[in-house]
Amino acid sequence: MSVEHGLEGVGRTLDDRLRAAKSVRHLLRKIFPDHWTFLLGEIALYSFIILLLTGTFLTLFFQPSMTEVVYHGSYIHLDGVKMSEAYASTLNISFDVRGGLLMRQIHHWAADLFVAAILAHMLRIFFTGAYRKPREANWLIGLGLFTLALLEGLFGYSLPDDLLSGAGLRITEGVLQSLPIVGTYLAFFLFGGPYPGNDIIPRMYILHVLVIPALLLALITGHLFLMFHQKHTQMPGKGRTDQNVVGAPLYPYFMAKTGAFFFFTFGALALAGAFAQINPIWLYGPFSPVSISSGTQPDFYMGMLEGALRVMPAWQWVIFGHTIAFNVLIPALLPLGLIMTGAAIWPFLERWITGDKREHHVNDRPRNAATRTAIGMAAVSFYGVLWLEGANDVLADHFDVPLYTITWIARFAVILVPWAAYYVTKRICLGLQRKDAHLLEHGIETGIIRQLPNGEFIEETRPVPEEARAVLEYRPEYPALPAGSDAENVPAPRMRGAVGKLGERMYHVVTESVPLPEGNGHGNGHAAIEGNGHDEHPATVGAGASAALPAGDEPPAGGRAETDDQDDQAGL
Amino acid sequence: MSETTGRDLPGEHGQPEQAAGDAAQQADGPVAPHRVIGTPSPAEARVMLPERDQPPARELPADPDDPVVAKKAERVVAVCFVLSMLAGLGFIAAYVIFQVHTISGTRNSNLALGTTMGLAFLFLGIGATIWVRRIMPQVEMTEERKPLASLTEDRAEFAETFREGADASQFAKRPLLRRTLIAATVPVAVAPIILLRDLSPLPGTSLDHTVWRKGMRLIVYGANRPITAAEFSSPGGMITVAPEGFQDDFDAMAKAAVIIIKFRPGQLFFGPHVRPGGPTREGTVVPNWTVDNIVAYSKICTHVGCPAALYEQTTHHILCPCHQSTFDATRGAEVIFGPATRALPQLPITTDAQGNLVAQGDFNQPVGPSFWERS
Amino acid sequence: MSWITARRRHPAAGYAVLLLGLLLVGAAYAVITGSGGTAAASSPTPANAAQIAEGRNIFEAECATCHGMFAQGQAGIAPSLIGVGAAAVDFQVSTGRMPAAENGAENVRKYPRLDTRQTHAVAAYMQSLGGGPAIPSAAEVSTSGANVGLGQQLFTADCAQCHNFVGAGGSLTYGKFAPPLTQSTPTQIYEAMLTGPEAMPVFNNTTILPSEKRDIIAYVTATRAEPNPGGVSLGRVGPVTEGLVAFLGLLLFMVLAALWITAKHGKRQVGPHGESES
Repeated sequence: MSVEHGLEGVGRTLDDRLRAAKSVRHLLRKIFPDHWTFLLGEIALYSFIILLLTGTFLTLFFQPSMTEVVYHGSYIHLDGVKMSEAYASTLNISFDVRGGLLMRQIHHWAADLFVAAILAHMLRIFFTGAYRKPREANWLIGLGLFTLALLEGLFGYSLPDDLLSGAGLRITEGVLQSLPIVGTYLAFFLFGGPYPGNDIIPRMYILHVLVIPALLLALITGHLFLMFHQKHTQMPGKGRTDQNVVGAPLYPYFMAKTGAFFFFTFGALALAGAFAQINPIWLYGPFSPVSISSGTQPDFYMGMLEGALRVMPAWQWVIFGHTIAFNVLIPALLPLGLIMTGAAIWPFLERWITGDKREHHVNDRPRNAATRTAIGMAAVSFYGVLWLEGANDVLADHFDVPLYTITWIARFAVILVPWAAYYVTKRICLGLQRKDAHLLEHGIETGIIRQLPNGEFIEETRPVPEEARAVLEYRPEYPALPAGSDAENVPAPRMRGAVGKLGERMYHVVTESVPLPEGNGHGNGHAAIEGNGHDEHPATVGAGASAALPAGDEPPAGGRAETDDQDDQAGL
Repeated sequence: MSETTGRDLPGEHGQPEQAAGDAAQQADGPVAPHRVIGTPSPAEARVMLPERDQPPARELPADPDDPVVAKKAERVVAVCFVLSMLAGLGFIAAYVIFQVHTISGTRNSNLALGTTMGLAFLFLGIGATIWVRRIMPQVEMTEERKPLASLTEDRAEFAETFREGADASQFAKRPLLRRTLIAATVPVAVAPIILLRDLSPLPGTSLDHTVWRKGMRLIVYGANRPITAAEFSSPGGMITVAPEGFQDDFDAMAKAAVIIIKFRPGQLFFGPHVRPGGPTREGTVVPNWTVDNIVAYSKICTHVGCPAALYEQTTHHILCPCHQSTFDATRGAEVIFGPATRALPQLPITTDAQGNLVAQGDFNQPVGPSFWERS
Repeated sequence: MSWITARRRHPAAGYAVLLLGLLLVGAAYAVITGSGGTAAASSPTPANAAQIAEGRNIFEAECATCHGMFAQGQAGIAPSLIGVGAAAVDFQVSTGRMPAAENGAENVRKYPRLDTRQTHAVAAYMQSLGGGPAIPSAAEVSTSGANVGLGQQLFTADCAQCHNFVGAGGSLTYGKFAPPLTQSTPTQIYEAMLTGPEAMPVFNNTTILPSEKRDIIAYVTATRAEPNPGGVSLGRVGPVTEGLVAFLGLLLFMVLAALWITAKHGKRQVGPHGESES
């Protein structure tokens, strides 16, 4: 019992000064819902921690200087070659410091995994609607984190001043330079003069080890705090509502699981650092603005920008003695700008379209929000086409496809594939909804055939079990469109004008779904919804799009004046 | 679910009323009904007053679900942890044993260190996972969410406090104070940006010129020796050259790198550009600045500045590997595919008295990517 | 319900989708992998009369159908070989590119059809026809004492843009590509630089001196032979394969770990007082 005494002593000492007993107990019992997709963000978080740890090790040996030195280290193939101190110190870390190469490789793999995990996590949040109220701020913070992660990676892999990343810096400079009016100034101010200058590596260094990590840490803290304070969302299921959280407590369950996951992350990255060579800068050689290699690509997360630069036809304007280089401006600003801006305004846009101003704590199944999922897939395919185009020369070489053909395909695909992806995804989602409705209505086929007395054969079905039923029945609920005022059918203020009509059209597109079979309309304790404003008269909606709805493509009209009062659950 | 206490829905407005339970939670000290986990109805909560001399009922079970499975799992987890410890010791040993300073030494050291570290962490993770899944009793608990919006009276109190403070500060009532404060903060806020001015000299006209001058010899890059037209005699030949004396100056070479290409007689074309480009400095006709069918082009791609060096002898195309801008070397390096919008600038060359290839002057236009001031 | 949806349970529906998919993929492949232009070659060097005679016989049997009886070439099919020299012939034939199997965008390295003696014979014959660069001697391609650092600098300035920073190869236009240098012998590398086969530019001995050629050869052969200290090389093509591994390897592994950690295993419900309800 002495351990317990010891702990009690420590606890008392702290509590005497902090009055923490109640809040820490509350924290220890905090419930965390359990679903594998909720761990994607943790991959990013733990990769970040590993980046901090390995990065600190690297800073003990790296020289962020562009001063020219002659190399006489252990990598004999470059003996006597002139190179910058940054490059030479990276060679030193790789070949003359025990564990140095491992730390470099873990650091770089962790950076790749960090961004990959952010992408996966962001997509999960999007497809399950977890960005809705009250989590819009967290969504925006997440987008900020994503952008910072991209920048951090760009600066990080450019620090060793090798041929490959140096080409990337040249491209960065060329893109900056092309910006109208301020371009040349921005390029000069970043590089401290004409390219390449002597300042870019030390400047990137301080951004990479201090400024951006500090911003990342601050935003991650805010991100996690918001998640803690608002509690994590949960997947639909039996007993899960917008008013509760179902799962296991932090102590000891979640702590153990998340700790295990951290070890998995670190272990996987360490094995990757042991077995998979990454960024072999000694093979690229030191940077020279005169030389370039075929198959020059940035790290994968910049691949979209690279692809955009490659796919763009040669457009520019020369007006009144000035050049506007659209061939560089459009790829630099449009694709990423579209996606980031679209992502940033989407929660608010969706809220405006659907009129849904409730708090949401239960995630949607992607299939049940068909239009949202389809738009997400369109964005993913847009990103993907540009990504593939960024590797077009490697693809051409590897798959024996002519180089220009890939670019021509990409030029059309970048417009057509997102539309196709939208359409196909939406139909798939609606098909899956139909399947769910079918299951609910007819039950699960058991494969047991019975013959009735009159000679007819039927297949026995059994009803869907309760747990699964709860999941299948969970549907997003959209408030009704505000009806016009009774007398002359004057539309409600929100629905007037071109914008209002557009909003109405989009409402029907966004809320399009296959109705649940009759009698299954009970949600899992989410209450009926109020209208979407003070002036419109509220129309309650049965949980889920249930009852008397026409089959086919006609969207379920949100407003049904004949409410089912049985849905007045949850203590209205 | 109708037995949840008479609370309103989470919505965008503040909470009109609250249940007795919430009020109790805000009081200090142990007061019933104290509801943190679970959803007992108010009636039950009042009945279930916990008594002070009775230990509170357990919320988490103390024993594993299946003791037999747990016992087996415990052994497995122990093995995992022991393996992790061994791997960790192996890491320390590997660090001491495996030396670097050669390529194969580095490889062995990296493999050993990485494998031991990876296994150490992975076994820890595997052990911890089995522990949670098989040894800890599985629970599924429910916690209430309170609506995130504050109660109406709390909001009202906040607003009142804020207003009182604002009134006390006199901020709103004294426009002179307010305006002069704002006026004072503006220069201080702008100052950090001003401080950045000396990050760099202004570009001026530096982008318009390179270091090439009349009479400068072309030297083979890397080999650092001049080359004569007689030496560069094989049709289909290409080589990277630099202005003499500037081979190691990256700032200069970033604009001055040049490739020279040797053609057979009749292959080079000197007529109107297929793509005239309008009233620009490039002009509408391919200039003949060649000597002995040797033509010199800037190696810096006019798209975003990568060295465009991929010369295909059979097609006479210069391909830039970065974004596949393609230039026709027989027609003044005009663009035939890809995102570049301008032909590669041609360096006027001739030979000197010894036959060495020399420049006749600088390029007639800015080299490299386009920019706003470029006409 | 739309027309297609209404017929989704038709017995032929699955077959129709499969057929459509096959047709689309096949059409796409046929369109994309078109063929490009014709290949081209270059120069050789001479020796004794018997060798030349043998060479002519071999030439007339293996090469004349495309290159013409007198090596004059045929427009659109094969270039003239007058003046290409023994070095070019040795390169093309010893790498198996010639005799060419088909008229495509580019000839690839294959198992050589002629053995060394026959190759030298044809090379001698070609040299006798029009002169040109000779096959380099062993001393000329020996890399002992070579300056690998200078070789690296020259290689990255003039070769890497096509062949990649370590000679792993790269794509060119219209279906051509710069081949990987992993299997080239020092002689073949020397000859390729000297004669500029197919789309490769010509780097004669006064543009890149023989000593500099040896430095380049030393760099290529040393780099391709050196072990990868970081583990598996992932092709030495750079971040493209690294990104693939990050997604399909690392992220996938983490997702599998997440699935395992969160998998339900007979979780039982626990009420507020620890009593179990299932």
